Amino acid sequence: MQLTGSQILLECLKKENIDIIFGYPGGQVIPIFDKLYDEKAIKLILPRHEQGAVHAADGYARATGKVGVCLATSGPGATNLVTGIATAYMDSIPMVAITGQVKTHLIGNDAFQEADITGITRPITKHNFLVKDVKELAKTMKEAFHIARTGRPGPVVVDIPVDVQNALTEFKYPKEVHMRSYNPKYKGHTGQIEKLAKAIANSQKPVIYAGGGIILSNSSEELTTFVRKTQIPVTTTLMALGVFPETDRLSLGMPGMHGTAYANHAIQESDLLISIGSRFDDRVTGKLELFAPKATIAHIDIDPASVSKNVEVDIPIVGCAKQILTELNKIVKKADTEEWLKTIDCWKKKMPLTYSKDNKLRPQYVIEQIDEITKGEAIIVTEVGQHQMWAAQFYNYTKPRTFISSGGLGTMGFGFPASLGVQLGCPDKKVFVIAGDGSIQMNSQELATAVIENIPVKIAILNNGCLGMVRQWQELFYNKRYSHTCLAKGKYCPDFVKLAESYGAKGIRITKKEDVNKAIKDSLKYNGPVVMEFVVEPEENVYPMVPAGEALHNMLHWDEPNCA
Amino acid sequence: MKKGKVDKFTLTVIVENKFGVLARIAGLFSARGFNIHSLAVSETEDPTISCMTIVVIADEKILEQIKKQLNKLIDVVEVIDLTNRQYEERELVLINIKVTSKTKDDIMRVIHTMGAEILDVGKNTITIEETGDTKKINSIIELLRPFGIKEVVRTGKIAIQTEGEKREN
Repeated sequence: MQLTGSQILLECLKKENIDIIFGYPGGQVIPIFDKLYDEKAIKLILPRHEQGAVHAADGYARATGKVGVCLATSGPGATNLVTGIATAYMDSIPMVAITGQVKTHLIGNDAFQEADITGITRPITKHNFLVKDVKELAKTMKEAFHIARTGRPGPVVVDIPVDVQNALTEFKYPKEVHMRSYNPKYKGHTGQIEKLAKAIANSQKPVIYAGGGIILSNSSEELTTFVRKTQIPVTTTLMALGVFPETDRLSLGMPGMHGTAYANHAIQESDLLISIGSRFDDRVTGKLELFAPKATIAHIDIDPASVSKNVEVDIPIVGCAKQILTELNKIVKKADTEEWLKTIDCWKKKMPLTYSKDNKLRPQYVIEQIDEITKGEAIIVTEVGQHQMWAAQFYNYTKPRTFISSGGLGTMGFGFPASLGVQLGCPDKKVFVIAGDGSIQMNSQELATAVIENIPVKIAILNNGCLGMVRQWQELFYNKRYSHTCLAKGKYCPDFVKLAESYGAKGIRITKKEDVNKAIKDSLKYNGPVVMEFVVEPEENVYPMVPAGEALHNMLHWDEPNCA
Repeated sequence: MKKGKVDKFTLTVIVENKFGVLARIAGLFSARGFNIHSLAVSETEDPTISCMTIVVIADEKILEQIKKQLNKLIDVVEVIDLTNRQYEERELVLINIKVTSKTKDDIMRVIHTMGAEILDVGKNTITIEETGDTKKINSIIELLRPFGIKEVVRTGKIAIQTEGEKREN
C-alpha cells in the first residue's frame, strides 16, 4: 500500500518507539499535523513558541536517555529551533528536529516562509538532511535516529518540503543502517586500557574527572564500581552531577570556575588525572597552561576529536565509557590513596561550600531546603546564571539524570521549557525548576503549556532583580559599573505571582527565610504547576570563583577561609 | 597547547558525492578557524564518491585536529594525510603575460625552457598554460614576473598516492 510522506514520517517515529513529540503547526507542516490528528500512538505537546518545543524535547532526552523529537514549520518556525538545536549540540543530546520546507521547486526562490535551515544548522547539528524525494524519507529517518543516538550523540535536523509530505510511495522501514562513512568505535584499545591500569597502580594522587559522557553512555554504575574499587576520588562536571553520589567521601563535587575548592586543588595537585567522557572545557580547566601541571593525563572519550583538543593527553583511550570502564574494572586494583584522601578531607573541612547563615533570605538556602524536603530525590532543572551554579553546588545529587542544565551553550530560557519534557518523560518524579528572574522571562509563555497539559513542575524563581552572574562580573572585574544588568530598575515588574495566576498556575511569593520551607512543601501538595518567587538578597555572589584566565587554584572565596 | 612549526600539509579527503558536502567541509574550516591553502574537488571513478585534495596550513597539532574534525563529518568516508606517503602532485596554472616587441623573445625563451604551452598570442598579451608540481608552477611565475604578469589563475593542487610506502625528502 502506498502512503504519503506525512504518514511515512509518523510510521518511522513509531518504529523508533517515539510516543511523544513537541511541535508547533504552520503552513508547511499542515499535512503532518493532519495525520497527527488521527494518530493515537503519538502524543503531540503544543508549546507556545517553537523554542519551547525544542528545549522540551531536549529535556525529555536528557531525563529519559531516549531521542527527543520536535517539529516546526519552515522559515520562522525552523529558525526558532536554532538556539535549542545549538544547546543540544553543545551538550551532545540525542535529538531529531523535523522541519517543514517550502515546495521542492520553490527552494532557493525566497518563497514565503522559506529559510535554508540545513544551511543554517550545519555547524550546530551532528548531521542534517533535506529530503527532496519521498522515496528517500524512510531511509533518511532511520539514518537520522541512528546518527542522533549512536557514537557521540547529537541533534539531527530533517527538513521535509511540503510536496514531499504529500507525495505517495511504498513504505518500507530499513531494518539496519549501512553507512560507509559513519562507524563509531566503541571498544577501547586493550593496550591503552592496561597502560591506564598500570598508571593507576603507580599513582599516589589520582583524580577521576567525570563528564557528561558518563550519563550519555549510561555508565554511572560502571563508574561507581571503578571509583569504589580503586578508591580514587572523583570530581563530576556540571554535565555529570549525580553520576557518583555526592554524599560519598570519594566525591569531590564539581570542578572548575565555580567548582569546589577541594576539587580544584585536587586536580592541581594530582599526579594522574583520569578524564572520562569530559572535554576539558575552559570553564573546567581555567588557564590551560597551568591546568593539572603535575599530572599524567588519561582521557577516555568516544569522540577522537575531543582527545588532545585542549589539553595534551598522555594516555588516550577512544571508545565508549561503558565498555572501557567494564574492561578496566576487570583489571584495576585498589590504589594507594589513603594519604591523598586524608589531604582532601582536610581541604573539605577547611574550604567547604558555604555562605552567610544569617537571617536574610539567601538563594543558597532555598536550594538546600529543596534538597532537604525532597530528600535529594527530585530532578532539578535549571536556567542559566548564578542560580544554576547554586543549584549545582547546594543540592546533593546522588543519581544520574537528576540535574538537567544547559552546560556548553549556557542558554537562558532553557530550563523551564526543558522541565516540561523532563516531567513528561518522568511522570513519577518531582521536578523542580531553579530559575532566575532574567532566565524565566525568556520562555515564561510556556506556563500555558504547563497548565493546559497539567504538567506539575515546581518553579523556584530566585528573584534578585538583576542578571546576577553578569552583575557579579561587573562588581568584581568592571569596577561595579552595573551596565544594564538591573532588570527591574527599582520597579516591581513583572509580578510573578500574578503572572502565574493569569495562566492558571499557583503563585507563591516568599520574602522571609522562615517561610521558605512551608512554601516548598505547599508547592508539592498542589497538583499542578507552581511558581514560587523567592525575593532573595540581590548582591549575593557565587563562590568560589576562578576568575576567567586564571589557574584553577587561584580561587576567590567567600570569607577567605584559611587552609594550608 | 603550545604552537608548533607551521607548514603546508596535503590531505586527500574522500567524501560522499552528495549535495552540500563542500559547504560542510568549507564550513568546518571557517567555524574552527583552520586555514585552507587550496582545495580541489571532483568526481572519482566511483560516481557516488568525490575526492578533495586540500592543502592546509597548520602546525602538527592543528593538523591532527583538522583530520579528526573532518573524519567526524558524517559524509566524509576517509581522510588520507599524504605527508608520510609516496604521492604525485600536480597543479595547473593559466597566466596572462604583458608582452612588447622588446620582451617577446625573452618571454618565449622562458616558456620553451619550462615546457609550458602557449594558448594565445595577442598584440599585448601572451596566454600560457603550465602543469607541474607546486615548485615548478612557482618558478615559472617568478621567471615571468619581471616581464609583467597581468593575471594568474591556479587550480590548486591535486594529488594521488603512488605505489610504495614513503616519499623521499
